[in-house]
Amino acid sequence: MELKNLATRIYRPIIPEVEGRNMVLAGLVIVTIVILMAIFADLIAPYDPTKFAGKPLSPPSLNNPMGTDNLGRDILSRVIHGSRVVLLVVFAASMVSMSIGVPIGLISGFFGGKLDRAISMIMDSMYAFPSLILAIAIAAVLGPSVLNAVVAISVVYVPTYFRMIRGQTLSLKSRLFVEAARAAGAGNFRIMRKYIFPNLVTTVIVVFSLSVADAILTEAGLSFLGFIVTAPTPDWGFDLSSGRPYLPSGYWWMITFPGFMVMLLALGFALIGEGLSELYAPRRER
Amino acid sequence: MTETSGTTKKPLKPPANILLRIHNLSTHYFSRRGVLKAVDRVSMDLKKEEFVGIVGESGCGKSTLAFSIMRLILPPGEIVDGEIIFNGKNLLKLSEEEMRRVRGKEIGMIFQDPMTSLDPLEKIGDQIVETIQMHENIGKKEALEKAMELLESVGLSGDRVNYYPHQLSGGQRQRIMIALAIALNPNLLIADEPTTALDVIVQEKIMEILKKMTREGRSVILITHDFSLAAEKSDKIVIMYAGWIVEMGESKKLVNEPLHPYTRGLINSVPDVWIDRDIRPMPGFPPDLISPPEGCRFHPRCPQAMEKCRIKEPPVVEVDSRMVKCWLYG
Amino acid sequence: MEIIRVENLKKYFPVQKSFLEVLFSKELQFIRAVDGVSFGIEEGETLSLVGESGCGKTTVGRLLVGLEEPTDGKIFFKGEDITGLKGEEKRRIHRHLQVIFQDPYASLNPKMKIGDHLVDPLQIHGIASNNEAKKIAIEMLERVGLVPAEQFYNRLPYQLSGGQRQRVAIARAMVLRPEFVVADEPVSMIDVSLRAAILNLLLSFKDEYRLSMLFITHDLSVARLVGDRIAVMYLGKIVEIGDVKEVIHHPKHPYTAALLSAVPSFDKKNLGIEIIGDVANPRNPPPGCRYNTRCPFARPDCREAVPELKGTSNHMVACHYELDISI
Repeated sequence: MELKNLATRIYRPIIPEVEGRNMVLAGLVIVTIVILMAIFADLIAPYDPTKFAGKPLSPPSLNNPMGTDNLGRDILSRVIHGSRVVLLVVFAASMVSMSIGVPIGLISGFFGGKLDRAISMIMDSMYAFPSLILAIAIAAVLGPSVLNAVVAISVVYVPTYFRMIRGQTLSLKSRLFVEAARAAGAGNFRIMRKYIFPNLVTTVIVVFSLSVADAILTEAGLSFLGFIVTAPTPDWGFDLSSGRPYLPSGYWWMITFPGFMVMLLALGFALIGEGLSELYAPRRER
Repeated sequence: MTETSGTTKKPLKPPANILLRIHNLSTHYFSRRGVLKAVDRVSMDLKKEEFVGIVGESGCGKSTLAFSIMRLILPPGEIVDGEIIFNGKNLLKLSEEEMRRVRGKEIGMIFQDPMTSLDPLEKIGDQIVETIQMHENIGKKEALEKAMELLESVGLSGDRVNYYPHQLSGGQRQRIMIALAIALNPNLLIADEPTTALDVIVQEKIMEILKKMTREGRSVILITHDFSLAAEKSDKIVIMYAGWIVEMGESKKLVNEPLHPYTRGLINSVPDVWIDRDIRPMPGFPPDLISPPEGCRFHPRCPQAMEKCRIKEPPVVEVDSRMVKCWLYG
Repeated sequence: MEIIRVENLKKYFPVQKSFLEVLFSKELQFIRAVDGVSFGIEEGETLSLVGESGCGKTTVGRLLVGLEEPTDGKIFFKGEDITGLKGEEKRRIHRHLQVIFQDPYASLNPKMKIGDHLVDPLQIHGIASNNEAKKIAIEMLERVGLVPAEQFYNRLPYQLSGGQRQRVAIARAMVLRPEFVVADEPVSMIDVSLRAAILNLLLSFKDEYRLSMLFITHDLSVARLVGDRIAVMYLGKIVEIGDVKEVIHHPKHPYTAALLSAVPSFDKKNLGIEIIGDVANPRNPPPGCRYNTRCPFARPDCREAVPELKGTSNHMVACHYELDISI
């Protein structure tokens, strides 16, 4: 371990991307595994997640590597199938947030003025709420369902995209190459399309990864409170809440494994986001 | 005309009037792609109270040479060979502790961008006092008086000791850098592109201050890519190319009768405000120092390149009390 | 024919005030970056605009190509008043007024291919369609020395050196075949040994296209090389303007003489003309002649009246007491 640190310190000045690249790779590995898990759930899972698969409340064993829950269902299978709901909700919500937040951020930042100030005020107010609280508020109004959860989570993250994109747009629009495009005769929309947007893409990707990581935790929270799925559908957050009453009696496996998966998937996306931002950020000194 | 091989062989103990003798110095950078020979077997002398201008394009090694003298080369760079005899001692053999005492007290250095070398949160006076007190054991009041004197000597009024860096212009800040550099009365002042970011009138004033340093008993090394600037003020000019010194000599002679084709090319490619003439650009680009051309590193761009130049490294030759590294004279 | 005429051009920028200033004073302060500048440029002529940083020369350039709107004054292009044009009309005219910026590392879009930088202006002005435009772009890349052109077409800016990027910037300006170009310090950020090639490239376009140019620089040596005429600016005003050799060898304004004394040269001339102190604050220029606080020849009436540009068509100066020297 000492030797590896030493080596990193020597080569860091020459290869600064070592850390960033490793982070992205590690994150991609994690995320890919979970995605594959979701796609091939039916093939991989040993049991049907909604049916009886062993003696209830039995600890991890060869038959049930993650143990069984209070209804005798195999937790491993529930964990594997649970990834579907999580990924579906989080991806769908993030896509919606991105499709709304990015264009509004770009247009608002580019044109500025009163419209920009008004929209910024609204976005900042939303941003001030902790994501889970806001998501709960919206989901409570709409009622528990997967679709409503997607709506709630989408709304929560629109301001995140808006702020980052607007900030980047503000800094880009006064750059010299944009002025050069103006001098060549380019109009506003052409500039936004060809000169500003392509330079936003890396920011969008980084924000996407990081807000998906956050959204996973928000989804787990909503699901925990019962706002997303109803029994017997497997979902990590939901399983966490079903397993909670049994913890004081020593039945730890119902919470630990779904909880670990939430953390792992969030970590995966966070690693991608942080790694990418380190790769793209000008950290290198001349 | 005397000829020696690729490196000059000189006795190690220099005569009394030579302040700095660099002998066969090589500084390399070790990167993934290979070894970058930034300074390759460079030898030169600097007399007391002499003003030397080191001229070359970016990447020729002039800054690396300056940093090597100060032993401020950081990994992946390393001084791999040679001697730097300053005031009788070999700087490369000193311990880091001893070298730290040399820096500032015996050799002062000025860099291009004064803003990055000054602490924006401290008053100018305090920064000078700090520097003085690091090396000398005198009280704050005395040190402050000295600071004011230093400011006056570079053309600023003494009351500027109470100013913060951002309250001063670029030219004023650069003067403060000079004041800091001479605070401990070093014998040698190295200025690395000190006026590149400044306007021409301010540049002239700063150059005048540097020139004054030699009249006050110091030697100055000016590093610049501006040939005419170096030519104006220097007693001697050193032309560097791709890590080598390709020509060195008294400045008026060098400018009027350049020996090396690169020197000639440089002179011809620079416009002059008083003379009407077409400028002729030098063909090609500076070489990749990791795999430079075989033989003479300048040969791909040289209008007078011979067969020999493509194969063998040219010798360092003395012509008319000047020095040139070229097959045309070997 | 006069291609460009500028009359009493002004550009004032409101000043960012510090917090205390906002609290305690109501009045708006302005930086008078350009304060009453007038000149004309003939077809095929290059006017070198020189001065130190902060004198307003870059702002003049930006005003001419429409990147800034003038606070006052007029700009004429081929006799037509183009001040304050907007939209489609502005685009139509400004096709003929192009610009080359100083910083080759900032003036190209990092995500856009080199070739696209040249094709875009062609498409904007409807000069050529996709394939036509690509052909023109490749020809232009060859013309500026970026060969093999096909390869350079597909590269991204980060793959090019500073000198190469500046060639792209020149190509972009020239691809529209403009009649007038503003070159704002085009070689200041290029390594000294590579400047000659870029300057010669610009000069070759000047000849081939019969270009009129405003060449902005702080380097008098380059100003002489490139310019037919020269204008010297100080704190927002032109203090001397005329035929380039005439002004350099017979400077009438003390500031011009001071600049000439300070320029590095293999043939340095000491004119013995001093300049006192540092550049004045552009927020509060001195009363009367703006140069009076630094002028070694200043007399009391220099503080009272602002001198006007006067002289022959060949050489004009704004000074109450002109110098009479020959170099």
